[in-house]
Amino acid sequence: MKFASEFRDPKAAKVLLAEIAKVADRIGATKDKPVHIMEVCGGHTHSIFRYGLDKLVHEGIEFIHGPGCPVCVLPRARVDECIEIAERPGVIFTTFGDAMRVPGTKKSLLQAKADGADIRMVYSPLDALELARRNPEREVVFFGLGFETTTPSTALAIQQAAREGLGNFSVFCNHIKVPEPIKALLDDPHMCLDGFIGPGHVSMVIGIHPYDFIAQDYGKPLAVAGFEPLDLLQSVLMVLRQIAEGRAEVENQYARVVPEHGNPVSLAAIDDVYETRPSFEWRGLGEIDKSGLRIRAQYEAYDAEEKFGIGYATGRREVEEAEGCACGQVMTGRTKPVDCPQFGRGCTPEMPLGALMVSSEGACAAYWQYGGARAVEPAE
Amino acid sequence: MCLGIPGQIVAITDETRQMAMAEVSGVRREVNVACVAEGALEGLVGQWALIHVGFAMSLIDEDEAEKTLEALRDLGEAQEALEQMAAGDAALAGE
Ligand code: SF4
Repeated sequence: MKFASEFRDPKAAKVLLAEIAKVADRIGATKDKPVHIMEVCGGHTHSIFRYGLDKLVHEGIEFIHGPGCPVCVLPRARVDECIEIAERPGVIFTTFGDAMRVPGTKKSLLQAKADGADIRMVYSPLDALELARRNPEREVVFFGLGFETTTPSTALAIQQAAREGLGNFSVFCNHIKVPEPIKALLDDPHMCLDGFIGPGHVSMVIGIHPYDFIAQDYGKPLAVAGFEPLDLLQSVLMVLRQIAEGRAEVENQYARVVPEHGNPVSLAAIDDVYETRPSFEWRGLGEIDKSGLRIRAQYEAYDAEEKFGIGYATGRREVEEAEGCACGQVMTGRTKPVDCPQFGRGCTPEMPLGALMVSSEGACAAYWQYGGARAVEPAE
Repeated sequence: MCLGIPGQIVAITDETRQMAMAEVSGVRREVNVACVAEGALEGLVGQWALIHVGFAMSLIDEDEAEKTLEALRDLGEAQEALEQMAAGDAALAGE
């Protein structure tokens, strides 16, 4: 049985599933009136589909897939700006592989590379630093992308570049924060969320307290979770128990990796290098106040936006989303991927139209990969 | 990119830059250890850490490292991380 082979401890999973069912029944959750739990992180979405947790849990529990995939929420305008930088003469543009296929207005980084731009996939911003050391006559730009989990890495890389006085290294900063979009979702009048599963690796950096407002101001429970199946089941149970007992707290299921107050070295580096932008655009969610980071004036020499006069440094351009794409509704939990008119027709992992199909952490790609494809009739 | 991968720190390679050699699923990669450094870097040798995009972000015990690796292999993420490391090496070599 798939179940038994994939759980390291199927017995523990069964006990948890039974307990989840008991509490779900106690609070009266049914298929028609489900409890909506948002897993914020794309890694969690991927795990939930991989292990079929959405099918295994009590039918009164519905997972809503949150905006927590940094590649997926990147607006097309930012991809265009990457390409604009990459196509400048003398530039070596470096990026995580995940971002290569995100569609821009006209093309993706992958297509720009095919068209001749020097775009290189790297594993770490440290690879980009090393490229800058080895190619002093070239401008090496790193595409800084990700939530608080990866933000410290670019901050530390910029600090290192500054120490070495590397003049040909800069970062195109697209780092974004997790708490602010959750707040935006909670402020949405259509919001129907009952609780949250918080991204463990983000909390490894920021700790658990940046989520206090979710419990205190909005009365919703949250459990910070690891990404293994038992972690996820346990955190679902923690959230359900809070609901059953009328509590709203921030709990830490992933204490073996997540310190309550985060990682002090990472936080100090972030604070030294970055400051909060007044607002930042998210694909499907629009502009969200205080949700993005930019490089402080002190490190301006390492800010690709300043160096190349691009992006927020030039004022905003509006870019329309692709037609017929329901990414925005999917990301806010209003539509299931299979209900998007493009799902499996105009939009597949091979030919992604929307961002949620690009990364394996995107809700649509996860649906597609793990059986969602079966739910849709082939295109005529 | 977000999940990270466990690796064992096997040697300190550069004290000033806080760099160490880590062994990740049989592959050796230089990583930054600033975020997990407490006192002398030598103390990190032999320890396991969760490594995110080239930075050791959290020390974990061996048992946890093993479980995490197993889950990552299950998710296809371990392979992806190793491929990304290889891609990084290729980028440095010129492509
Ligand atoms: S199927 Fe494609 S277009 Fe539709 S919501 Fe998903 S990613 Fe967006």
